[in-house]
Amino acid sequence: MTEPTAVALDGATVAFRLADGRVYTAVEQANLAVDHGEFVAIVGPTGCGKSTLLNVTAGLLKPAAGTARIFDKPLNGLNRDAGYLFQADALFPWKTAIDNVAIGLEIRGTPRSDALARAERWLTSVGLGAFAGRYPHMLSGGQRKRVALAQVLIRDPKILLMDEPFGPLDAQTRQIMGNLLLELWTADRKAVLFVTHDLEEAIALADRVVIMSAGPSARIIGDWRITLPRPRDIAEIRMEKDFHALHREIWGVLKDEVMKGYVQSTQAGAA
Amino acid sequence: MSRVTLLALQVLVAVVTLALWQVFSTVPVFGKVLLPPFFFSNPVDVFSQIVKWFSTGVIWKHLAITLWESILAFVIGSAGGILVGFWFARQPRVAAVFDPYVKMVNALPRVVLAPIFALWFGLGVWSKVALGVTLVFFIVFFNVYQGVKEVPTTVLDNGRMLGMNERQLMRHVYWPSALSWMFSSLHTSVGFAVVGAVVGEYLGSAAGLGYLIQQAEGVFDVAGVFAGMFVLSAFVILIDMAVTVVEKRLLVWRPTPAARD
Repeated sequence: MTEPTAVALDGATVAFRLADGRVYTAVEQANLAVDHGEFVAIVGPTGCGKSTLLNVTAGLLKPAAGTARIFDKPLNGLNRDAGYLFQADALFPWKTAIDNVAIGLEIRGTPRSDALARAERWLTSVGLGAFAGRYPHMLSGGQRKRVALAQVLIRDPKILLMDEPFGPLDAQTRQIMGNLLLELWTADRKAVLFVTHDLEEAIALADRVVIMSAGPSARIIGDWRITLPRPRDIAEIRMEKDFHALHREIWGVLKDEVMKGYVQSTQAGAA
Repeated sequence: MSRVTLLALQVLVAVVTLALWQVFSTVPVFGKVLLPPFFFSNPVDVFSQIVKWFSTGVIWKHLAITLWESILAFVIGSAGGILVGFWFARQPRVAAVFDPYVKMVNALPRVVLAPIFALWFGLGVWSKVALGVTLVFFIVFFNVYQGVKEVPTTVLDNGRMLGMNERQLMRHVYWPSALSWMFSSLHTSVGFAVVGAVVGEYLGSAAGLGYLIQQAEGVFDVAGVFAGMFVLSAFVILIDMAVTVVEKRLLVWRPTPAARD
């Protein structure tokens, strides 16, 4: 392989100090490699530290042990090669849609007129060309996600980190957004690390599906290559036989962890 | 209820109130005037007093002084509140050290400061401005402090991941958030700027609406007191309308501009 690995986590352990002084280990000894242009989905039960792992890759969290390497360079501070699509609304509410998209270029020193022109093209490619002047509160949840996607992609990051990005959306909008994501990704293949709790979504989108165990001290317990042909339509691919076979196989492993995670979350009063 | 009916009913309340006031202060009921003119005056006298002020033009000077004091108090108080609010929010240690003193000063009824300000700044404009500043400052300060503190972590992380440095975070994230909180308390802070000016004038001055009221009261001119109050109310309502216009312009991006104070 000529391209260096986009993301390489080696024995990454993340721990938090709780308010009462105890140490909570969220993720233990995670090894994960994402190749250039590869779409990897991380699936795990609620509270297993999937997002934690993503935040380590983004450089928002420092691992207590182990290393994170980005394109073969140790990660120091924020990951400047990555774009991050958050689960919660992260748009700037005081900026219009087009200003929200253009900001990533403006702060880099791109002249405002150029930035706006490119932002307009990006809004069009996520299907929101007519909504440039709207403020986030005037957009629906799905439209806000589209703006957020354009906001991240306009900076042309080499790595795309996504934290249950379509979680708050309804089922139909999720599928539409999934297809949009695949379409954009096919046009310009970036390394993608996609966190979700939805196994079907993960299989439909990704090249590889990584399963994490229930927390605390969550580990990576499985890694499947998804060989389903591309281009995919994520609504239709769910009806294919190969999809079902993969789903059954992976769910067999995930099921136990989901139950464990559920029991823990009810006992500990949510962690 | 349609707009016209509403307006008609609102006018009706004023008409009925004024009519009752006029009747009870001039027509004896069972041989007794219920609202003795000495204490309550009557609407006709009050109105003629107002007309006299405006026709002779005396009132303009007083209005101008009060307006000027209010503007100065608002501008200086806001500037101070923004600066200190930002400083405290970005330096939690400084905020922790000063916290009890901020609470102490804020708990103080500002009126008691008026004599001291009169002593320090004289009986002119600046002692009133100082009083207004102490009122405006805390409202703006608390809102800016809150606005900087309450920026959602996700929005902040998003800014960082989009490549913003500290200066750019300040400009694109903290500053708009703080301003939106400050603007949402604009009605309160502008109102308090006027209160500071008028109370200051009332307690010792040579001009302004507060001075007019105080002078009238000093010679038991009840019509003058009421006239001063009406002019003051109209003045405050006009300022408040101006604030509403400014607010609508500045907070277009907000779903519902809820007032906080």
